[in-house]
Amino acid sequence: MQFTRVIPVLLLKNNGLVKTVKFKNSKYLGDPINAMKIFNTKEVDELVILDIMATKNKKEPDYKFIKEIVSEAFMPIGYGGGVSELEHIRKLFQLGVDKVIINSAAILESDLIKKASEIYGNQSIIVSLDVKKDMWGEYKLYSHPNNKKIKLDLFQFIKKIESLGAGEIIVNSVDNDGVMNGYDTNLIESVSKSVKVPVIALGGAGSIKDLKSAVIHGASAVAAGSLFVYQGIHRGVLISYVKSDLLIN
Amino acid sequence: MKNKKIVIIDYGMGNVGSIQNMLKYLGADSIVTADKKEIENAEKLILPGVGHFKSAMDNINKLDISELLREQVLEEKKPILGICLGMQLMCSHSEEGDVSGLSLIDAKVKKFNFLHNEELKVPHMGWNKVKLLNNQSQIFKESLEGSRFYFVHSYYVKCNNSSDVLTKTDYGLNFDSSIESGNIFGVQFHPEKSHSYGINLFKNFIKIQ
Repeated sequence: MQFTRVIPVLLLKNNGLVKTVKFKNSKYLGDPINAMKIFNTKEVDELVILDIMATKNKKEPDYKFIKEIVSEAFMPIGYGGGVSELEHIRKLFQLGVDKVIINSAAILESDLIKKASEIYGNQSIIVSLDVKKDMWGEYKLYSHPNNKKIKLDLFQFIKKIESLGAGEIIVNSVDNDGVMNGYDTNLIESVSKSVKVPVIALGGAGSIKDLKSAVIHGASAVAAGSLFVYQGIHRGVLISYVKSDLLIN
Repeated sequence: MKNKKIVIIDYGMGNVGSIQNMLKYLGADSIVTADKKEIENAEKLILPGVGHFKSAMDNINKLDISELLREQVLEEKKPILGICLGMQLMCSHSEEGDVSGLSLIDAKVKKFNFLHNEELKVPHMGWNKVKLLNNQSQIFKESLEGSRFYFVHSYYVKCNNSSDVLTKTDYGLNFDSSIESGNIFGVQFHPEKSHSYGINLFKNFIKIQ
């Protein structure tokens, strides 16, 4: 028997821990190193760290800071943000990151996925897709660095990145981000059905019920931000976690 | 004088950073290298590894350390811990690239094949349990009640001698998830990524005399 992975997602902005709503209004929550220590003692299944400013500021990952965060993290760590060259990926693996998350670069330079997965294996390359519904209700890729919608067919693009060697796909719903009202389960189901690799659901989780629902709709792993950093209706900052045992029906 | 050091063998593949982070956390002196002198002077060896079996063996052969490793482990009886691909490399043969391994242990590496079951994805990725078969183990001393370990692999080890099998794990089939034979230890999971359960395993490995 295998457990469904439950993955907290930490957003970094200028080396602080933040949380967004619909990819906007980032709110400062505290020190990411401190948050990491708490997640470590809670023995989380896996952790994702996303630097939401790196690509926007045209910067490489901040290796020194990432090293500081991961040096006592005894769980699998995925890192994304500013990853656009093989050399960035090599450095991240060297300092103790297990999976590298490619987002914008997957759209701009699909060659990177192929090369990286050939060298490091598919299992260590995650492609993260930010998806937003357009005014006709159709799912579109959303590239947040330029705040532009990309004119690519989402499902053709997903097929393409899978064949290039993406080992896992994070499906992040821009519309549901930070809303804590449930995942976009239609989106999760259609993506899960179109690929063989594991799909990680992200965007919208507000309860254990939501996590379970994503699994029912085909997610191999469930990720969330707000759910693990906020507490109560007034959204007080409190780090918490949901053990994967609780997802077993 | 013998060096009280753990050498993490660096053949250009694998997540050596996190293994070194763990050893540092536990206060153990370690070095990441493929230098022959350092390997000879080491107190213990760790063979890490993530990636393709054949590429890994090619790298090891290029470094010309294959015979040295066999000598250090089989004759000098140095404790060695193979992790993930590192455990597989200690076997005699792998289906991944159809090549020979270091042959430190009489076992073969096979590919997960779940054509009959679409539900089971390959790689086997995530947390799973292990069932201990040897209660005299030097690296599993604590109770495994409630324990779980992090796995990422598409191939698995099949020992020819059941006495070498330390734990078994269920994923489509019951595979050998760790091995122990005298001074030779191998784990298919990533103890450096398995919280307190992995920390215990490293502590025990460090303590071995």
